[in-house]
Amino acid sequence: MGNYIPGTPKEQLEMLKAAGYQSFDELYRDVPESVRLKELPEFPEGISELEVQRKMEKIAAKNRVFGTVLRGAGSYRHYIPSIVTEVTGKEEFRTAYTPYQAEISQGVLQSIFEYQTDIAELTGMDVSNASVYDGATAAAEGADMCREKKRTKTLVSATVDPKILSVVSTYAFGRNAEVVIVPEKDGKTDREALRGLLDEETACVLLQQPNYYGIIEDAEGIIADAHEAKAKVVMSVNPVSLAILKTPGELGADVAVGEGQPLGLPMAFGGPYIGFMATTEKMIRKLPGRIVGETNDVDGKRGYVLTLQAREQHIRREKAGSNICSNEALCAMTVAVYLAAMGPEGLKDVARQCVSKAHYLAKLLGEAGLKPAYDCEFFHEFVTEAPSEEKAEEILKALEKKDILGGLPLGNGLILWCATEVVTKEELEETAETVKEVLG
Amino acid sequence: MKLVFERSVPGRNTAYLPKLDVPEITLNAELREKKLNLPELPEVEVDRHYTELSKQTRGVNGGIYPLGSCTMKYNPAVNEKTAALPGFTDVHPLQPVETVQGALEVFRETERLLTKITGMDAFSLQPAAGAHGEFTGLLLIKAYHLSRGDQARTKIIVPDSAHGTNPASAAMAGFEVVNIASDDHGYVDLDALRAAVGPDTAGLMLTNPNTVGLFDPHILEITGIVHEAGGLCYYDGANLNAVMGIARPGDMGFDVMHINLHKTFSTPHGGGGPGSGPCGCKAFLADFLPGLRVKEADGTGLVEGKAASTIGNMRSFAGNFSVIVKALTYIYVLGKEGIPATAKNAVLNANYMMEQLKDLYPMAFEGPCMHEFVMTLEKMKEETHVSALDIAKALLDYGIHPPTMYFPLIVHEALMVEPTETESKETLDEAVQVLRQIYADALAAPEAMHEKPLTTPVRRLDEVGAARNPVVRYRFAD
Repeated sequence: MGNYIPGTPKEQLEMLKAAGYQSFDELYRDVPESVRLKELPEFPEGISELEVQRKMEKIAAKNRVFGTVLRGAGSYRHYIPSIVTEVTGKEEFRTAYTPYQAEISQGVLQSIFEYQTDIAELTGMDVSNASVYDGATAAAEGADMCREKKRTKTLVSATVDPKILSVVSTYAFGRNAEVVIVPEKDGKTDREALRGLLDEETACVLLQQPNYYGIIEDAEGIIADAHEAKAKVVMSVNPVSLAILKTPGELGADVAVGEGQPLGLPMAFGGPYIGFMATTEKMIRKLPGRIVGETNDVDGKRGYVLTLQAREQHIRREKAGSNICSNEALCAMTVAVYLAAMGPEGLKDVARQCVSKAHYLAKLLGEAGLKPAYDCEFFHEFVTEAPSEEKAEEILKALEKKDILGGLPLGNGLILWCATEVVTKEELEETAETVKEVLG
Repeated sequence: MKLVFERSVPGRNTAYLPKLDVPEITLNAELREKKLNLPELPEVEVDRHYTELSKQTRGVNGGIYPLGSCTMKYNPAVNEKTAALPGFTDVHPLQPVETVQGALEVFRETERLLTKITGMDAFSLQPAAGAHGEFTGLLLIKAYHLSRGDQARTKIIVPDSAHGTNPASAAMAGFEVVNIASDDHGYVDLDALRAAVGPDTAGLMLTNPNTVGLFDPHILEITGIVHEAGGLCYYDGANLNAVMGIARPGDMGFDVMHINLHKTFSTPHGGGGPGSGPCGCKAFLADFLPGLRVKEADGTGLVEGKAASTIGNMRSFAGNFSVIVKALTYIYVLGKEGIPATAKNAVLNANYMMEQLKDLYPMAFEGPCMHEFVMTLEKMKEETHVSALDIAKALLDYGIHPPTMYFPLIVHEALMVEPTETESKETLDEAVQVLRQIYADALAAPEAMHEKPLTTPVRRLDEVGAARNPVVRYRFAD
């Protein structure tokens, strides 16, 4: 019923004739008869816009939007200033293709250049690319960047988000490369074990800061261990934390990667998100994906182009470092608009509020009988230990009834909590009250 | 124009958050010492900065965008509206299963409808873009051969007309790439294919309609030759728009494929992403699929599962969800009549344009074409030194987005035109008129063509200089 074809059936026929054909069938004469479809099997009739609107609203209503979200683990509910969606909804940005024609794409190109600057500044690294799919693929691409002929192995700390580990392993299956887990000790990377695992085949160590449990790792020490063994370090970081924590650049990481979703993107059941990647000047030619560079036009006017394309698949084909083509350009712009709106003080405030609220929640939960699982400094996530798995489940169920999405159950009574700037003192107190009721 | 950082004045940001309502905590960990340089602008300046940037950006809504191989069709407004429903945007990906039944329904429905359109049996919606879907499909092929103890299948055959992502994806999946030449018609050279296959063949990657805009009439023979040799056939879905509802890759002998939802299924490209590249396969490969598999449970609704011998995950979480919502909205609207009608009109529009240009612009191959056609400016270049690039740049002064340039690689001085089904006859007539005018201009004053464009915000940019001395970020004074 619905379609977006402008021509009436009569016009279509006229065009066919003008093109020298009598019927649509003639256009498809190269399609073998035996594979021609009579009609799409078991397929619904088309519907109108009004009907599809109703249909999708009904489906959306089967999802529950929680009033309070205390769950993170890779996806975070932060405040998104209205200006962010206002800007990124502009049809030119939304419906443009990759900026191959630079003369009419300066808006997109400049916005990516600004995004690259933001990411380089946030991470303290020299250079950034224009984005990859998400934080996990950024880590996998980062591991790829570090591989050399004789050094192909990736050491992944056990405190890295298991979703990231899974993606790094899947990518490594493609490369026929080995991934080895570095054990954890009391919630942090076991440095002694790490030193034992580092060898001449190790390309890099993948470290997450703050780690999956929210804990702040001894990044400086881990990087020193890796570099001593001539391995590189890929550091996966939460971008909000970079407003206050020591940056990968200051710590001497070789590649900084992360999930950009906290910077202005909704949780949206997991995507689209954006993977950011930054590295040193020395490794710039190993960076995958698009990179925008500044240049001049024939009149000497400043402008921007896609640059260093000799790294990429459309030029190097099977010799390219990565196959990435489409990235998450509009999400990169979202990040840039978010950072422009918040500014340095705004982002620091988000980080400070996250830390303070998470620590306040941890304190209240502790008083309510949910003790911290680890005695380590954390950013805005932390793990508690319930007396039993059943109690943990009971707690989360009780919270759900109060419109609160509690922390993520990790099994064995462990719960991974997160608090961001959007939760209020009252919500945190209600959470603790509820926990107290369950634990009696 | 100024960079956002050049508009910045310290202390000017708008405040968006309330005051902290709990005791403030300061961390003991090692803290950032490096100054945090981010833009400092009041909201009005942020808005104006981006409004100015938007004026220097060309989207589909601004006019015809006949970028071959990219399927730049109109992006329906309702898709944006449905994807923005709070029930879709404000849902955490790790919520309890009973609170995300809607999201799982989106996955199950999209998968179901894509299998019908393609003749595949199962889809993973996890891949975030076309190339990501290719990589996924190749890992399925790898896992399949290894699961049968067949470790000798290490080569992927790729025609020389293929998208660059094909060989690059094969390399990422650990395969050796065997490039085979196309024949004079732009089709797969059957003899070359027969010579290339063997016990080391893992598979073939093919785009059909191919990248010169032709449906390969030997498709069944091609897939037969590969299967005969024990290899699998991968379908690059970049050109699905030409044949959806008309013929299905699954019926042509393909075992695994990807779809670009951001091409065929109308989701916007966003200046380069986000896209979505679902990977589909026949039943015998379904156990290897990555990511979320939605299953029906008795009485309790939908549940989240994974495939029995999954290759793992291609990214965090289940996929580019909002993009999938937009594509599903589009598929629902089109339905069983709208889908083939869309394909037919995409093909009609391309043939209509081709017919009206072919007396001036030499076509690389004869029609009828599918949804796109390739012109070659080789002769023009030889005779007048006016190149495909010059013609493309001249289009900019007429407000028309140029076709894809210099692709496929097998055609010299190529311009690849894909008007899509959403352009009207008048728009096509106008574009034809402009292209004919440019041709006349080129013959009359070839030298002037190298100066084009003249009216764009910037003119031709020094790409060589940009790559030689890369400046890829703004440098702050401190």
